[in-house]
Amino acid sequence: MSVAVAPRVSEAREQRARRPAPGHRRGPSLWMASPALVLFGVFAVVPLLGVVVLSFMSWDGLGDPVWNGAGNWGRTLADPVTQNAMKLTIVVTVVSWLFQTPVALLLGVFMSGRQRYRAVLSVLYFLPLLFSAAAVAIAYRALLDPNFGLGSALGVPWLSQDWIGDPDLALWVVLFVIGWCFVPFHSLLYQGGVRQIPASMYEAALLDGAGRVQQFLHITLPQLKYTIITSSTLMIVGSLTYFDLIFVLTNGGPGNATRILPLDMYLTGFRSYDMGKASVIAVILVVVGLTVSLLLNRLSGANKMESQMEGL
Amino acid sequence: MSARTARTTPNVLGGLAGWVWLAVIIVPIYYILVTSLRPQADYYSENPLSWPSHPTLGAYGEVLANDFVRYFGNSVFVTVISVAVILSVALMASYVVVRSTRRSTSRLFQVFLLGIAIPIQATIIPVYYLIIQLGLYDTLWALILPSIAFAIPLSVLILTNFMRDVPGELFESMTVDGAGEWRTLWSLALPLTRPAIVTVGVYNALQVWNGFLFPLVLTQSAETRVLPLSLWAFQGEFSVNVPAVLAAVVLSVLPILAAYVVGRRQLVSGLTAGFGK
Repeated sequence: MSVAVAPRVSEAREQRARRPAPGHRRGPSLWMASPALVLFGVFAVVPLLGVVVLSFMSWDGLGDPVWNGAGNWGRTLADPVTQNAMKLTIVVTVVSWLFQTPVALLLGVFMSGRQRYRAVLSVLYFLPLLFSAAAVAIAYRALLDPNFGLGSALGVPWLSQDWIGDPDLALWVVLFVIGWCFVPFHSLLYQGGVRQIPASMYEAALLDGAGRVQQFLHITLPQLKYTIITSSTLMIVGSLTYFDLIFVLTNGGPGNATRILPLDMYLTGFRSYDMGKASVIAVILVVVGLTVSLLLNRLSGANKMESQMEGL
Repeated sequence: MSARTARTTPNVLGGLAGWVWLAVIIVPIYYILVTSLRPQADYYSENPLSWPSHPTLGAYGEVLANDFVRYFGNSVFVTVISVAVILSVALMASYVVVRSTRRSTSRLFQVFLLGIAIPIQATIIPVYYLIIQLGLYDTLWALILPSIAFAIPLSVLILTNFMRDVPGELFESMTVDGAGEWRTLWSLALPLTRPAIVTVGVYNALQVWNGFLFPLVLTQSAETRVLPLSLWAFQGEFSVNVPAVLAAVVLSVLPILAAYVVGRRQLVSGLTAGFGK
């Protein structure tokens, strides 16, 4: 349904523009929007500004914040733990994208087929979205237990490794579990995108003798351009916010092997009680997230920004 | 679509990949279920993926005896209040955005749009400070207020997109009939945007129900614990009793599963929440 909304919106907007402006009425009072504005302002906009201010202060989470100048910034950027967290965040973002996008895209194409068994499978594919991140992490901790988990179930020694306790493996486990959680969502986006492609394009291709692979490469893929951009934006910005899953699954460990930036921020702020430093990390997350969103929206065409956002 | 169904050869490779992905999705979920039904003593001896030889609901009993009902109640309270407030204030704001002809309105809308790009995680420290200053730390209101705030942008966006499709003549005829703005909102905008309201409601209910960061940072005691946090706490308390931990996982997902069975369509559209295209 939501998918069908987008094109109709622009139509409606045109109609609205064409309608003569009714001079006698100015519509509902802004007071009606004030509850939303106040709640959003106090608990979202103020904290967003507050985090910038706090990044220049020292605060242990208990007393009062004290002005500290640029001290936090220098100390945070020079900290090897945070530098490592940045590196890990980039790795997680890039590898997640490389893994999830092809899987979600192909799955979306598969799910868009009208065959009965595909409809049934689509219902089941959706299930991971019902679980909280904490639940998923807890289940995988048990499932990947080297002695009583999947390895012993299937009798495959390779599966009986200490997945979560080995610093070289833990990151791959995190990447896989993130994919398990989020591929279903992105495949839904692609399913919607594929269903919007006019059937006539495939009919024409079929008459021209194009095979399945050629149809995919020359019709499906180019037609999904905007879906790919939307999905990628959500995926990349989402990578900057994976917190609960990793927190419960590995708590950043072993050592700092899976301590990505959001986790680094939490542990610095609420475990080491260094809120100033944690705020610096938070500001970095906000700036990177906004920049990536804007850049990817630029990619989809210079003037596309607004309509893309409104059509979101 | 007819072109694709008209194909003569079935896509064997695609079908196969589809079944493989099904296994990837289902095996962990099946594992959660069978383990939660396994007696703790058998957990160490039986094959983890086999059907339990002595299935029992003992683990569920243990979880329920450990204050699970209270955590469940807390989650219901936080979710119901948050969603009710989100829907009311977002509906009013969307009505203003769609119907007001003032220039300031479009700026208002842009402020909300910006909010979609704010990552919640990054504002948690000032939110924590604010909640302490307001004397709300370790109360359920500490979870409700920020949850509402961060849900508003996307909710307003979806409702606004939907409400723009309502023909302006309908609104104008209400005005001609002498109906005030509140009446128009109540008896015209509300019924006509019902599908979008359901979508927004389901989406936000899922977000709040499964939320972890706000409870982790803004509450502390067992009295204010909500479900996702209780799962984490159970894992610490019962670390050796894996069946009990996984029984708690099953119990936490049951209400959402029930909602999925009843309203799959709304939930699917709720989850993609207009992100499509």
